[in-house]
Amino acid sequence: MSAVAWPRPGRALPGRWRPGRAAAWGLAAAVPLAFLGVFFALPVVGLVARGFWTDGALDLSGFADVMSRPHTWRVIGITLGQATVGTAVAVVLGVPGAHLLYRTRFRGQGLLRGLVAVPFVLPTVVVGVAFRSVLGGNGPLAFLGWDGTFAGVVAALVFFNYTVVVRTVGAFWAGLDPRTEQAARALGASPARAFWSVTLPALAPGIASAASIVFLFCATAFGVVLVLGGVGYGTVETEIWVQTTQFLDLRAAAVLSVVQLVVVTAALWVAGHARRRREQALTRVPEAVPPLALRGPQAKAGDRWAAGVTGAVIVVLLGLPMASLVVRSLHTRDGWGLGNYAALDRRGFGLGASGWEAAATSLRVAVDATLIAVVVAGLVALIASRRPRTRGLRRAVGALDAVVMLPLGVSAVTVGFGILITLNRPFGLDLDLRASPMLLPIAQAVVAVPLVVRTVLPVLRAIDTRLHEAAAVLGASPFRVLRHVDWPVAARSLGLAVGLAFAVSLGEFGATSFLVRPESPTLPVLIYRLIGRPGADNLGTAMAASVLLAGLTAVVMALAERLRGTQGSDV
Amino acid sequence: MHRRITVAALAVGALALAGCSTTQPSSSPSGSASDSASGGTVVLVTHDSFALPDDLISQFESDTGLTLDVRTQGDAGSMVNQLVLTKDAPIGDAVFGIDNTFASRAIDAGVLAPYRATLPAGADQYVVGDSGDLSPVDVGDVCVNADVTWFADHDLPVPQTLEDLTKPEYKGLLVVENPATSSPGLAFMLATVGAFGADGWQAYWQKLVDNKVDVAASWSDAYYVDFSGPSSDGDKPLVVSYASSPPYEVPDGAETAPTTALLDTCFRQVEYAGVLAGAKNPDGAKKVVDWLLSPAVQAAIPESMYVYPVDSSVQLPESWVQFAPMADKPYTVAPADIAANRDAWLKAWTDLVVG
Amino acid sequence: MSGDLAVRDLVVLYRDDDGSVATAVDHLDLDVATGEVVALLGPSGSGKSSLLRAVAGLEPAAAGRITWDGEDLAGVPAHRRGFGLMFQDGQLFGHRDVAGNVAFGLQMQRVPARERAERTRELLDLVGLAGFAHRAVSTLSGGERQRVALARSLAPRPRLLLLDEPLSALDRALRERLADEVREALVATGTTALFVTHDHDEAFAVADRIAVMDLGRLLQVDTPPRLWQSPATRRVAEFLGYEAFVADDGGPVARALAAGVARDGGGAPLLAVGPASLEVADDGPLVATVRAAGFRRGVVELAADVEGVGEVTLVERTAGRSGAGDLPRPGTSLRLRPVAGGVARVG
Repeated sequence: MSAVAWPRPGRALPGRWRPGRAAAWGLAAAVPLAFLGVFFALPVVGLVARGFWTDGALDLSGFADVMSRPHTWRVIGITLGQATVGTAVAVVLGVPGAHLLYRTRFRGQGLLRGLVAVPFVLPTVVVGVAFRSVLGGNGPLAFLGWDGTFAGVVAALVFFNYTVVVRTVGAFWAGLDPRTEQAARALGASPARAFWSVTLPALAPGIASAASIVFLFCATAFGVVLVLGGVGYGTVETEIWVQTTQFLDLRAAAVLSVVQLVVVTAALWVAGHARRRREQALTRVPEAVPPLALRGPQAKAGDRWAAGVTGAVIVVLLGLPMASLVVRSLHTRDGWGLGNYAALDRRGFGLGASGWEAAATSLRVAVDATLIAVVVAGLVALIASRRPRTRGLRRAVGALDAVVMLPLGVSAVTVGFGILITLNRPFGLDLDLRASPMLLPIAQAVVAVPLVVRTVLPVLRAIDTRLHEAAAVLGASPFRVLRHVDWPVAARSLGLAVGLAFAVSLGEFGATSFLVRPESPTLPVLIYRLIGRPGADNLGTAMAASVLLAGLTAVVMALAERLRGTQGSDV
Repeated sequence: MHRRITVAALAVGALALAGCSTTQPSSSPSGSASDSASGGTVVLVTHDSFALPDDLISQFESDTGLTLDVRTQGDAGSMVNQLVLTKDAPIGDAVFGIDNTFASRAIDAGVLAPYRATLPAGADQYVVGDSGDLSPVDVGDVCVNADVTWFADHDLPVPQTLEDLTKPEYKGLLVVENPATSSPGLAFMLATVGAFGADGWQAYWQKLVDNKVDVAASWSDAYYVDFSGPSSDGDKPLVVSYASSPPYEVPDGAETAPTTALLDTCFRQVEYAGVLAGAKNPDGAKKVVDWLLSPAVQAAIPESMYVYPVDSSVQLPESWVQFAPMADKPYTVAPADIAANRDAWLKAWTDLVVG
Repeated sequence: MSGDLAVRDLVVLYRDDDGSVATAVDHLDLDVATGEVVALLGPSGSGKSSLLRAVAGLEPAAAGRITWDGEDLAGVPAHRRGFGLMFQDGQLFGHRDVAGNVAFGLQMQRVPARERAERTRELLDLVGLAGFAHRAVSTLSGGERQRVALARSLAPRPRLLLLDEPLSALDRALRERLADEVREALVATGTTALFVTHDHDEAFAVADRIAVMDLGRLLQVDTPPRLWQSPATRRVAEFLGYEAFVADDGGPVARALAAGVARDGGGAPLLAVGPASLEVADDGPLVATVRAAGFRRGVVELAADVEGVGEVTLVERTAGRSGAGDLPRPGTSLRLRPVAGGVARVG
């Protein structure tokens, strides 16, 4: 009895309104809102407003003008088509991958998980060269005739985003109770039937999460569209870039930005709707993952399918372009060899840094960006996973959930230019943020936040509220409920989230090219500089640096995977 | 309750921690400590191809007592547009890298403060406008490059002129860059404007289109994927590139270059430096412009930025002398004409070539 | 550890996602004395879970008061009330092993590790799971999970244990056995408990007193025998399992049934007949026709139409019967007499 000393009930505050608690939640909401407000909303609104402001007056005639051009509608059509098809293909190919890599186990799985993540971080300029080497002219897949076509762009988009589907769906699937599927099997459903009627619907929140992210990535893809789409192939994103950076037609850019925002918001609304319909409290019983069964009496048709599809994707879609990278990295002016890798050690004229130094810079920036992203996104996910009692607060939580996705759907050019014109005196403060070295990791974090939220949130949401209640009546304060119930469960997905955030930061180029210091370039910036120079040496070194970036990513992702095991425990 | 607040405090703390952890620039001395110790900081805004050896920068800093803070702002077009947008609160003191296709836009927008630097020998021919806002620093010729080996293998003479490119024997052999998304692409389009006039260039392009010209999005795309030269695997022996490209394809010790620039197809790009209007450190900015025109920097320009110095007295690298001569009579278009017509020409080009 | 729960004039509202509001608990009064086990019995949707959640502090009270030992609990959050709550499906923490689950509440109270381990072992012994300490909860059967949940709820020595249909997800045999074990565990630990169930057998097995609840109100609160013998209303009687009701009009059937009423003070106008009210007797005063017959758990159950009463279930010992072929066929006529104390007077 000695240890049990219940507080006298009267000690707590009377009434239901607890100011401390409200303040804590308010602060938790204020941090991400302030972050996104200053570094995302303010710049975007600032630049768009500039486009609608002529001679000191609001002028919306740009809408009528831009929207009456047939070209604009063609661009919108291409954008939607490309994003829809890209997302659909990525999901169809990614779900078997999620099964193979997260619902079975086999030797070399960790390596494979890292490998599929590599395309995600490769700079588009490198991917453009790699893809065109495969699809165009003398490439091994030239017979497809995909060079400079819609199909080529879609293939590259799937190449980039495959890992997003595999990881997001995989993280969700790993926590799904397999017994419902077993129950369906016991009720006489074939494995395929059980998958279609039980597992797939249960996976819907994870798939919707992944699809919404991939859709945004596809709709706002830039470099890869420019390189692979061929001339005349334009999307809203490339149009905004051209209008802003080449023509300085802010009016047209602002109209297109609004169009982009509408498209993105609509996509998010649809995805959110699909997600909410399914994202209820699931019983999530993590169970020992069965070994991959391809042969013998234990062979599973599902495993075979997953292995077949995923094998083909990895070899053809991911493997060929990456292999062409490696081959080119071994090609020097004097024949085959490792000369390009040796060159990573040298500081070329004006490159600012050697390959290794750039890699170190990339890692440092990525650590900061990941830290920021995880803190901000963690708070967002935490708040968005709550179900407040009042309808107003519930709506606010839903809005936060949606708003945080917007950075994925807004052009990096808009943000980059917006930062320059708004952050010299943000909110009238005499504080020129444009020169801050923190802008780089912050800009990368802004892009990573939605990914982390989308990875962690479904897992948090799937925790039964009664589990919180059980902990509360056992004497756990709200903080300790977070610490002992939500955290151990969320930590399982945090490894994945950290990996994704890190990958985003390592590969980010759009915003980075505006913000990076020339004397300390990141690896993608170095690659971009190298590939902008003539000669086999420069190209070879660029390719070697790309292989280094790819390797770095694979290692980081593999390490992040390990985080799952250790942080998942709650001791 | 205090525990809940701790979470949020931790979050804020983590952000602050991130701020002072790994990204603190070690080599980017924009801090106030160095300001007080020396003549202050001068911020040079430039494009992402800017590059100069570290020791030259150190030399500049020790000579002037200034700290040079270099900020790259995307490609040349992006940079100029950013300067236009931020002219009320400039992002730096000096600018380098405004080229002759954007010069008039920058001058007309009032981005620059007048500064007439002392120009080196040979630079006068590139001066733009009469205000002296911009000082020419380097020049580069954008020319069609040819894969000499390919032409030898196919028993075809290497084409020489723009007109040659429309001949049937060169059908399907040329790849150019999209002028809307690529700086050499724009330069080549301007070469045709210079060659055939504002009225005739579109007819020329129609012939190129009929002769199956290929269009790539960027220089690296065209040069490394489509071009058949030694460092690429493509199937096009003709590509729009720079007069300075051939030396980098020459194997060590070789006497002849495997590629060559067609010097009758060139457009000359000129890059300028200037002092930004509203600069916090205008005197420092002037010193930066002078420094860029100094013999040491001019001599370093070829190997650092792959362009030619404006200073005609500077000794070029040997490989350049041998394999990268400049065009005698490059095509030119007046910067004012470019500023006035750029958008219309691009639209016309797009309608014509893209359809 | 002494204290009494008092619920006064409590109103709990239930808000649906569409914003509509329903009254789950409607001006309800209830007392639970120290050491007492009270069962809250009612059909699903009667508001008993809402009442329990309000007591636990998980649901706000729209009106009325909940006090412990005279002190108002309004504004005391769930984790400060010192009450335990056991859910229907256990709600075990999947990321902790069995011992980790049982020790959770102690950990929240910052009980030292050694003491915690000792108490955990003690509780696991109590619920018959000695040796299960380091098993993963995902490997447990349904019954084992509920035992762990019970041990977890009891470990921090709650002042009041709230049990929300803790056994209803289990199979019948296990439910009956566990109901007895829960009772024993509660008595052994001297725990005051409020036990929600919709199964009257369970309520009778576990509780000192039973509160019958319907539509957010309490219909009757009584000890099990009194409740059984004197249901306050026909609704209560129906819920307890009484099947047929006969007006005490002085007629022959009513007089025959009244002989089966225990402690008959008379007065109430309605007699209730259920499965345990009548037995077969060749000289019985009542006549019935068999409608259906079958074996149920070692006894014979007959559905019979009793003249002047209605359809009633009859339970007969199987002694003397040799098998299914030996059961009375539908249509067979039987004579019946009331079992002493088997007939209830309603009201």
